[in-house]
Amino acid sequence: MTPVQTIIAKELRCYFVSPIVYVIGAVFLAVVGLVTYWAVVNAGSQALRLMQIQNTFAYLNMNELVFRPVFMSMSMIVMVILPLLTMRLFAEERKLRTIELLLTSPIGVNEIVTGKLMSVVIVYTVLLVLTGLIPLTLSAYVDFDWDPVFIGFLALLLHGAFLLSIGLFASALTENQIIAAFISFGMILSLWLIGALGALAGDTVLGSVLSYISFSEHYRRMVRGLLALKDVIYYLSGVAVMWFAAHQAIDAYRWK
Amino acid sequence: MIDVQHVTKQYGHHRALDDVTFAVEKGEIVAFLGPNGAGKTTMMRILTGYLPPTEGRVAVAGYDMQHEPLEAKRRIGYLPETPPLYLELTVHEYLTFVGRLKGLSEEVLPGRLDRVVQQTGLEDVRSRVIGHLSRGYRQRVGLAQALIHDPPLLILDEPTVGLDPNQIVEIRDLIKRLAGSHTILLSTHILPEATALCQRVIIIHRGRIAAVDTPEQLAARLRESEKLRLTVKTPPEDFADRLLTIPGVVRVFPHLSSSNSFLVEAELGHDIRDDLARFAVNTGVGLLELTNVSMSLEDVFVRLTHSDEDLTPAVQTHASRASV
Repeated sequence: MTPVQTIIAKELRCYFVSPIVYVIGAVFLAVVGLVTYWAVVNAGSQALRLMQIQNTFAYLNMNELVFRPVFMSMSMIVMVILPLLTMRLFAEERKLRTIELLLTSPIGVNEIVTGKLMSVVIVYTVLLVLTGLIPLTLSAYVDFDWDPVFIGFLALLLHGAFLLSIGLFASALTENQIIAAFISFGMILSLWLIGALGALAGDTVLGSVLSYISFSEHYRRMVRGLLALKDVIYYLSGVAVMWFAAHQAIDAYRWK
Repeated sequence: MIDVQHVTKQYGHHRALDDVTFAVEKGEIVAFLGPNGAGKTTMMRILTGYLPPTEGRVAVAGYDMQHEPLEAKRRIGYLPETPPLYLELTVHEYLTFVGRLKGLSEEVLPGRLDRVVQQTGLEDVRSRVIGHLSRGYRQRVGLAQALIHDPPLLILDEPTVGLDPNQIVEIRDLIKRLAGSHTILLSTHILPEATALCQRVIIIHRGRIAAVDTPEQLAARLRESEKLRLTVKTPPEDFADRLLTIPGVVRVFPHLSSSNSFLVEAELGHDIRDDLARFAVNTGVGLLELTNVSMSLEDVFVRLTHSDEDLTPAVQTHASRASV
């Protein structure tokens, strides 16, 4: 096993023997299920209304009426839930002093950071795959275009990976898991609000810069079914920046 | 095996280590001795590459910790002050993880695992979750973790702290068994431990090396006279003065705890036990006890570390010679 694989295997083991993943996963899936149920009911009632007005059988655009609002809601649900998944990554190692084992082993800080990030991305991917049951179930009853759904899931994966890397960095800053979670909430919320500010500033230079920094616009575009390289690059570079920041934080911790 | 050159560690305004230089040869067992806060743990953390020194350099098995950290770390087994345990894993899972972390291949890992489990007596708890184990077992898992990759150098930070007397004996025996094939540096503030296990003691105090020597020589170096404790049933008023008339007796102090006891100092190399006993019997004061008060490592330690003025010139020169 390579050092990165070793770290991943251990992290996954720790995730799945602790109740946290199951609790977080259950809450996540329940909330997403409720949101979807609401969206489907809402879409149904809209279709009924259309039918009454036009007196014809309306075509239900599932992508627009169900998946888009569900993906938008899911992006917010993960903003609340993912910091709880990442908070333990380094904070717990620092608290239990197991970080001393990692840093005195013949393995680089880059491998530790990469392994930890990949492990939590894997856990998150498992949760996402489980929510894939939603479109699968719906496809039994209605026809819809699968492409925007796949792009939506890709957006959720990239969005989640970015949030997880923020959480990883926050966890590297402290030995208190609660503080780590709050730092990541703060960072994620700020990034979100920057997007709102950018929308407020409109088509000015400041507006477009703010909109670029925030994930809001990038995410919204992808959820509409538009797969643009710049949005993918935005998320990947966000992950890279946070990976580097976490690496620096661990180095700084040793020098303190 | 270990080469430490002029290592200084500064935490803000606090200087945890101040120009520490020493070397440990292959196969040696060396103890770091010092009160809490002396800098033992900081020194070990620098040796293992966990902390970088502010100044100076550290080399392990010929590999510089700053320039070739992975090569150096591969050769060290380290048991930190708090054993670095993942409480939710089983002993087997944990040791497997550490083995891979230390770079063992999947072919040799099971063999090494069996060996350290047997060495540290963990057979019975192998599949148990570490969080459910007693303090003594956790310490053994910590030791097993340090041994898993069969490193030539073992660095053990207070390996017996917090264990009950039986467990302490077990861990000490284990360390003794490892002695032949490994170089061992351990820290302790329990002095008999240093005497029992180590060939050389490095006394560290306030971030500086106060003395380096064998336990016996350290004691001898600081002993200026033979001391005896004499307890009698009914000492007359002038008993202390009369003791001084015995040839060889230099000083007599009344003992602090009881008015019937006296601390008798004689010239170095003068065994006056026989004379003292005869004197006590002949004067009819009722001899109850006569004990040799030898200067233990504990006394040496207190003398060396309690105040800087107590450092005798002889020890200082010896320390500086040994550190070159």
